[in-house]
Amino acid sequence: MVALMPPILVLSGLSKTYAGGHVALDSVDLEIRRGEIFALLGPNGAGKTTLIGAVCGLVRPTGGTITVDGVDAIREPRQVRARIGLVPQELSTDMFEHVAHTVGFSRGLFGKRRDDAVVERVLRSLSLWDKRDAKIMELSGGMKRRVLIAKALAHEPDILFLDEPTAGVDVELRRDMWKLIGALRDSGVTIILTTHYIEEAEEMADRIGVIDKGRIILVEEKQTLLAKLGRTEARFTLAAPMTALPADLADWPLALEDDGGTLRYTITAAETETRGLAALVRRLDALGVDYRTLDARRSSLEDIFVDLVEKGA
Amino acid sequence: MNWTAVRALYMFELARTWRTLFQSILTPVLTTSLYFVVFGSAIGSRMETIGGGSYGAFIIPGLMLLTILSESIANASFGIYLPRFTGTIYELLSAPVGVAETLLGYVGAAATKSVILALIILGTARCFVPFEIVHPFWAAGFLLLIAVSFCLFGFILGLWADGFEKLQVVPLMVVTPLTFLGGTFYSIDMLPEPWRTITLFNPIVYLVSGLRWAFYGTADINIAVSAGLTLAFMAACIVAIAWIFRTGYRLRT
Ligand SMILES: Nc1ncnc2c1ncn2[C@@H]1O[C@H](COP(=O)(O)OP(=O)(O)OP(=O)(O)O)[C@@H](O)[C@H]1O
Ligand SMILES: [Mg+2]
Repeated sequence: MVALMPPILVLSGLSKTYAGGHVALDSVDLEIRRGEIFALLGPNGAGKTTLIGAVCGLVRPTGGTITVDGVDAIREPRQVRARIGLVPQELSTDMFEHVAHTVGFSRGLFGKRRDDAVVERVLRSLSLWDKRDAKIMELSGGMKRRVLIAKALAHEPDILFLDEPTAGVDVELRRDMWKLIGALRDSGVTIILTTHYIEEAEEMADRIGVIDKGRIILVEEKQTLLAKLGRTEARFTLAAPMTALPADLADWPLALEDDGGTLRYTITAAETETRGLAALVRRLDALGVDYRTLDARRSSLEDIFVDLVEKGA
Repeated sequence: MNWTAVRALYMFELARTWRTLFQSILTPVLTTSLYFVVFGSAIGSRMETIGGGSYGAFIIPGLMLLTILSESIANASFGIYLPRFTGTIYELLSAPVGVAETLLGYVGAAATKSVILALIILGTARCFVPFEIVHPFWAAGFLLLIAVSFCLFGFILGLWADGFEKLQVVPLMVVTPLTFLGGTFYSIDMLPEPWRTITLFNPIVYLVSGLRWAFYGTADINIAVSAGLTLAFMAACIVAIAWIFRTGYRLRT
């Protein structure tokens, strides 16, 4: 249903060549759906921060267009920026400011009337309420990161960009943050985040985009992606090494490894119906192929990601 | 126009000033007092009167400018350089504000501080020498114009600088010497040629002279020329800043 609504953010042909001549974005086309959590994955230097910067007004695109609900972000920056919140990758804060004060400042900067109730709600949702009168320099790194999130939320944006929100955040806090991001999505905020923790994308995202060398190489529904590319892999350590695969097994996605000592089975999610692991095990038993150990696992998003980027390279 | 943002930026900058209030006030009070002790009393008592008033009264406009020019440049440049340096400028750049809001906020706050400092110097001076201001409205208007102009100039400096040294070099190496040589402690009519003519190329001369006219009704240079040049300088600064914002120079990569 969400897919039928017009996208909230559309990038088309978005390009950025930095002054030094480096092409950081190479004609990026991307549509972000209203109310979704979109995870942008990619190796260091892929162009994630540049892409976010272009939408938020930190980077001047050298080509292409950005539209938010049909409004051109480059021609009508005010209208667009008032709706967007940005949590930058770097921890840049006003060290001498106090927490609640700096959040109130952000709200005013974005043109919203002072509202202490909103500031309180935001601070509470980030477990910062107890620290509201603390100076930012007295906070730990994870708390500073949350202050940046609070600042980005102070003007109640519809679209939130989170550039590596959980970098340097401990495990427990990361789970809290996932919950918070989920709650924000439930309240109708569209969220675009970048991360190097694939489990994070796997946990939270509705859709996943992969960027490499300034090009979007894949955009897919997370579930579809997992189903389409997610593989099951199994290794049978054979009791007696084989020199070649028996003809009876020719139809199966099998390969011999370790000089015939290991039988490797790899299958995509789509094929498991007819050639599932259980069926293979029965088949091997019927053929009298004996094995000592069986080690099976389903590939994660991480494998998919590494695969994609390596293929691209 | 995003007035809420103007207010937020202005209050933020004033609060930053407030945190260093003590140094900010103490320095001009102390330097002004020292100048009066050294120039006003020790040397001034041996000087003949200039322009009808006492030497102590004569140097007040120049002394005020000495502080206002350097403080305006220093505060305004630091105000915008700091967020560039720490990276917090991302917020300003991603906010729905343009050059007008930014200038009203940053330059407005810096100019406010300059005007407060000017009044403090005036009060301090009054403790040392009696004087009366002939054209109080002109004096107030001209001071404000100078404060705003040099805060704008400082703002440009803060946008252009790529290190803390550069922030200090311009006020210290350019503006303060020019102020000293600009007739702060003497009337340029006292200079022999060709020094008098050379001095006329020093833009600070016009500021000192203009302010002195507002204070005492006499000046080396016509007030219209002084005010016109200052206005032109302010306009040039605004044009330069508008260009910087339009092209994103040093702001947006
Ligand atoms: N201001 C700049 N000037 C020149 N080149 C830049 C600038 N900022 C980024 N780059 C280059 O553009 C490319 C993309 O950088 P970007 O910061 O967008 O990557 P990223 O995907 O966010 O990486 P990371 O995961 O490390 O944060 C990099 O090669 C980087 O060196
Ligand atoms: Mg990045």
